[in-house]
Amino acid sequence: MTGAADTLQIALVGNPNCGKTALFNLLTGTRQKVANYAGVTIERKEGHYIAPSGRSVRVLDLPGAYSLAATSPDEAITRDVITGRYPGEAVPDLIVCVADATNLRLHLRFVLEIARLGRPMLLALNMMDAAKRRGIRIDTAALAQKLGMPVVETVAIKHGGAKALIEHIDAAPQVHPYPPSSEPAADLHAEVRAILAATVSIPRRTAAVDDAIDRVVLHPVLGLAILALVMFLIFQAVFSWATPLHDGIDAGINAAGEWLGASLPDGALRSLVVDGVFAGLGTVLAFLPQILILFLFILCLEESGYLPRAAFLLDRMMLAAGLTGRSFIPLLSSFACAIPGIMATRSIPDPRDRLTTILIAPLMTCSARLPVYALLIAAFIPQRTVAGIFNLQGIVLFTLYVAGIVSALLVAWVIKRIRKDKSEHALMMELPSYRMPHPRDILIGLYERGMIFVKRVGGIILALTVLLWFLSSFPGAPAGATDPAIDYSLAGMIGRMLHTVFAPLGFNWQICIALVPGLAAREVAVSSLATVYALAGNEDGLQAIVASQWSLATALSLLAWYVFAPMCISTLATVKRETGSVRNVVVLAGYLFGLAYLASFATYQIAKALS
Amino acid sequence: MRIGVLLSELAMGASATVIEVTDNGTNDVIARRLRDLGFVAGEPVRLVARGPLGADPLLVQIGYTRFALRRAEAARVTITVDSTP
Repeated sequence: MTGAADTLQIALVGNPNCGKTALFNLLTGTRQKVANYAGVTIERKEGHYIAPSGRSVRVLDLPGAYSLAATSPDEAITRDVITGRYPGEAVPDLIVCVADATNLRLHLRFVLEIARLGRPMLLALNMMDAAKRRGIRIDTAALAQKLGMPVVETVAIKHGGAKALIEHIDAAPQVHPYPPSSEPAADLHAEVRAILAATVSIPRRTAAVDDAIDRVVLHPVLGLAILALVMFLIFQAVFSWATPLHDGIDAGINAAGEWLGASLPDGALRSLVVDGVFAGLGTVLAFLPQILILFLFILCLEESGYLPRAAFLLDRMMLAAGLTGRSFIPLLSSFACAIPGIMATRSIPDPRDRLTTILIAPLMTCSARLPVYALLIAAFIPQRTVAGIFNLQGIVLFTLYVAGIVSALLVAWVIKRIRKDKSEHALMMELPSYRMPHPRDILIGLYERGMIFVKRVGGIILALTVLLWFLSSFPGAPAGATDPAIDYSLAGMIGRMLHTVFAPLGFNWQICIALVPGLAAREVAVSSLATVYALAGNEDGLQAIVASQWSLATALSLLAWYVFAPMCISTLATVKRETGSVRNVVVLAGYLFGLAYLASFATYQIAKALS
Repeated sequence: MRIGVLLSELAMGASATVIEVTDNGTNDVIARRLRDLGFVAGEPVRLVARGPLGADPLLVQIGYTRFALRRAEAARVTITVDSTP
């Protein structure tokens, strides 16, 4: 036999948050995202490994599910793959059921439900290290005998923790199917109870430390105060920790640009390198520290198991606004980028809740907007300490994020009011055990996020910056012209044309130019401004130019614009893919543009009247 | 011991035993999911926490798992409240 015919197809199936993806990463040597909440994996993921026998094994990682009676889009994927109804995906040769050894009461029921399908399967008891620490003793031999399938122990977060599983998959290619049958739900639970009584001994129901933490963190008053403090700390840290690093990178790149520029002959090439690439890219790249600090916090929150607690605390408030506590995690992800946030809404079972969450996710301030905020805040808001401990710039940044959140809640509330279907929405959300974030996982996550940002800078942002340089440099100024050459260029013409639309918002024509490439990537607005001003003959850094040439009203108006920032093509494409509807895309783009225009108009006119 | 109480009426920190989950109308997906999650006759439950606004949602410990349920969801579960020790 050759190639594909000899490949063993296995699928990892189990309850949410039992460590399937960690196990998948361990088996296949990949780095799929893992975190401590239900619903991290929302798509089927595929990987390969070569077994010790030399046999090729194709591994599918499926989204977690509580039951084959799926209630959300991600659960439906799992059901369809293992029952052979997923288009283009053959029924797996072997189902590897993964169960959290500390939570067998719940997880074994799903194992029994899958066993009823009569497919070849085995059970991987994951998190055995945590089970042992809690004094849970499992007689795996007896369990295997009762279940009628092989049972292996795994520790997915430890190197070599899947050794027994790999050996077992390799050694037992012919697995005897479990006899198919159908029984009502209550009977499965009764069977689980009987099996557990005979094979497992558990000293106490939950980890004592979870009880203790939850008493504080879920306290009606204290819990909300802690949540607000955590969120506020993140924004403080983004500003106060990153500033020295930011300034260092900025200075280094500028120095490199000048050094390189000095060695080039005066002319178009030198202008492209110094005014285009270094002025543009350097300005964006300097925001890497801010983005990494934001992600450091998000990753730690994800790993610890705190996020579902925050969702619990906020559920009632979000319900009032027409959302669900479950919207919290997708919305928090949207602070990094709306695209993964919108995809994460697949774990929301109610289609109405899911659509509302998708429509407001772009209002969460994504990290691509951070460079714009940071530039304007640094230029216009004095570096000052308020009330002894708070950084004024951090407070303004926090306010901008809050403005996005408040607008999102208002939009959700409006959607709820105009919606006709008012039947019950469900929550039913599992709160996992707390876990200490693993430094290695955090570092890997930071490295990957950092690389994504650097690759964006090196790819799309570089391309747009160079394109903008061309548009801004040609055609050149006519002989005897007194204004800077850019005024006569194509970009200058486009900028002036758009200026008629955006003048009531206080935007100058340089800003209007920057808005156009900002459609593809928001950070480009900053690099574009840097390029435009550099070509216009300004020698200072962008921040100094902005501080001296713009009015405060213009800066505030642009900040207000970016709270809504309707311009991100990738987000619109993701909404189209996730909802399969052009109408939703048009509604989203239309309402964002409308709100952005109104907010900027109001901000500019009020600020001008006051000054 | 009180029999036939709704889970949504359980006092903070109190323990109880599930009697049954009642469907709200026909084809009640929420009731079915509650049963899948382990809310079946004889299962011990405990109310661990309540949300800050209107004491909603409820955090219910069942088996080794904690589920956040809204009041309307918890009201589908009939319980027997254990006598406090």
